[in-house]
Amino acid sequence: MREVAVVSFAQSKSVRRADDQNEVEMLMPVVSQAIANSGVPRKEIGFTISGSCDYLGGVPFAFVSGLDAVGAWPPITESHVEMDGAWALYEAWVRLQHGDIDSALVYSFGKSSLGDISQVLSQQLDPYYLAPLWPDSVSLGAIQTRSWLDSGHSEKELAQLVSRNRQFASTNEHSQITKLIDPETYLAKPYIIEPLRIDDCPPVSDGACALVLVAGDRAKACSTRLAWIKGIDHRSEPHSLGVRDLSISVSTKQAGKNCGALDIRADICELHAPFSAQQAILEEALGIDESVIVNPSGGALCANPVMAAGLIRIGEAASRIINGEANCAIAHATAGPCLQQNLVCVLEGGN
Amino acid sequence: MADVEQSEIDPNAPVTKISTPIELKYHFTAGRAASRFMRGLMKKKILGQRCPSCLKVYVPPRGSCASCGVPTEEEVELPPKGIVTTYCIVNVPFYGQKIKIPYVTGTILIDGADIGFMHLLQEVEAEEVRMGMRVEAVWQDDSEMVPGLESIKYFRPTGEEDAPFEEYKEYV
Repeated sequence: MREVAVVSFAQSKSVRRADDQNEVEMLMPVVSQAIANSGVPRKEIGFTISGSCDYLGGVPFAFVSGLDAVGAWPPITESHVEMDGAWALYEAWVRLQHGDIDSALVYSFGKSSLGDISQVLSQQLDPYYLAPLWPDSVSLGAIQTRSWLDSGHSEKELAQLVSRNRQFASTNEHSQITKLIDPETYLAKPYIIEPLRIDDCPPVSDGACALVLVAGDRAKACSTRLAWIKGIDHRSEPHSLGVRDLSISVSTKQAGKNCGALDIRADICELHAPFSAQQAILEEALGIDESVIVNPSGGALCANPVMAAGLIRIGEAASRIINGEANCAIAHATAGPCLQQNLVCVLEGGN
Repeated sequence: MADVEQSEIDPNAPVTKISTPIELKYHFTAGRAASRFMRGLMKKKILGQRCPSCLKVYVPPRGSCASCGVPTEEEVELPPKGIVTTYCIVNVPFYGQKIKIPYVTGTILIDGADIGFMHLLQEVEAEEVRMGMRVEAVWQDDSEMVPGLESIKYFRPTGEEDAPFEEYKEYV
């Protein structure tokens, strides 16, 4: 395998509604920043790929206008996934394995505020049995949380988890929710959809992020401190929610095993869990114990630009390695309803 | 379901079609650059933006230069005049048509701009429209002004000499 490293990462601050900015205006500063920090001249980047979803803005081929942010002239080699940017990163990683190019730009953007995101997300369900019922994403999150609680967990665990994430988010300048909450205050709050309290749910977020991958010796020339991708894998579970045990995440465990995440001792871990119980499910699937700092960014629970929130997890983990805070990290991204698809990667510091 | 209908359904026939209507509502965000352009039109101003890298002027502005991938922050006010770079004569009647056919839709390259936009040509016979023809905007009445290109009622010939092809060949 060809060694590939994350050399730079940039993200916007997540906001409830980036009203005056369109997607390109939101994206452009982060793309420019990621490229500038990578040390790779823009015109030398070998591959460009994005992750986004046309359903978010209700505009067909919305990702094409996103290319305005990149400067696609003279023509560039470019691709897109209708998924979270973490899967775009996976395609870029595979592309770099071909060996003929050394660098790739990966970016993603999402304005979740343009439609009713909980309704929009219901349309990713199977089109015959579930989507026509319009089950909103918060209700599905509640079903999964109930399933997890019934498997032998308590709301007090969620109270601790939410409180800890908020503590981390309070020092993250890119986070949307930064207000602290103690476990007692959490428990005293009413349910919005039982057993979910408002703090168990992600905010509606607009945001964008970009990172640059560089392979082999070319990466070593970029910087003295890089976040090498030591392993990466993604797995998917059945589309139908009825055939899955929602209290566990089999696909995360499989992806974690295949990329080596289950065999290493990570300092930090960034898990893409829009709902609080999902974070606990993912921790269990990856065998994360208390020695690992989970979601030092505050996680998707505090800033959730849909389609970017997964790539942000990888970027956050890589940034902490690059700045020396951590040496080994696990980063995870999810897509689909109730953790249907999961991507796990292991990042390690070095030159 | 009435008995008579049920008896007509073959219980062993495969279901070949279901109908699941989808309706989603969205707030459209024009963006900063396009918003300034559209508000400018209400004041009878055509506002473009110049790319700091390739110096091309975008009208309407997109907030970015698609070629260079950099923000276009310098605003440029352009005159409501330009040339027809290309056009088509509409002869096909369609539902909701407001203008009597035949009429002409053209790509108008505003003086000082590097990208054209489509608009209507009037006060000219269809067969008289030609590439390089110089045109000017005719604005809507003040009470009809909206934040959009509809604030320009149409373009009409100025009667000036046509622009030579050399002048606009890169924009065709």
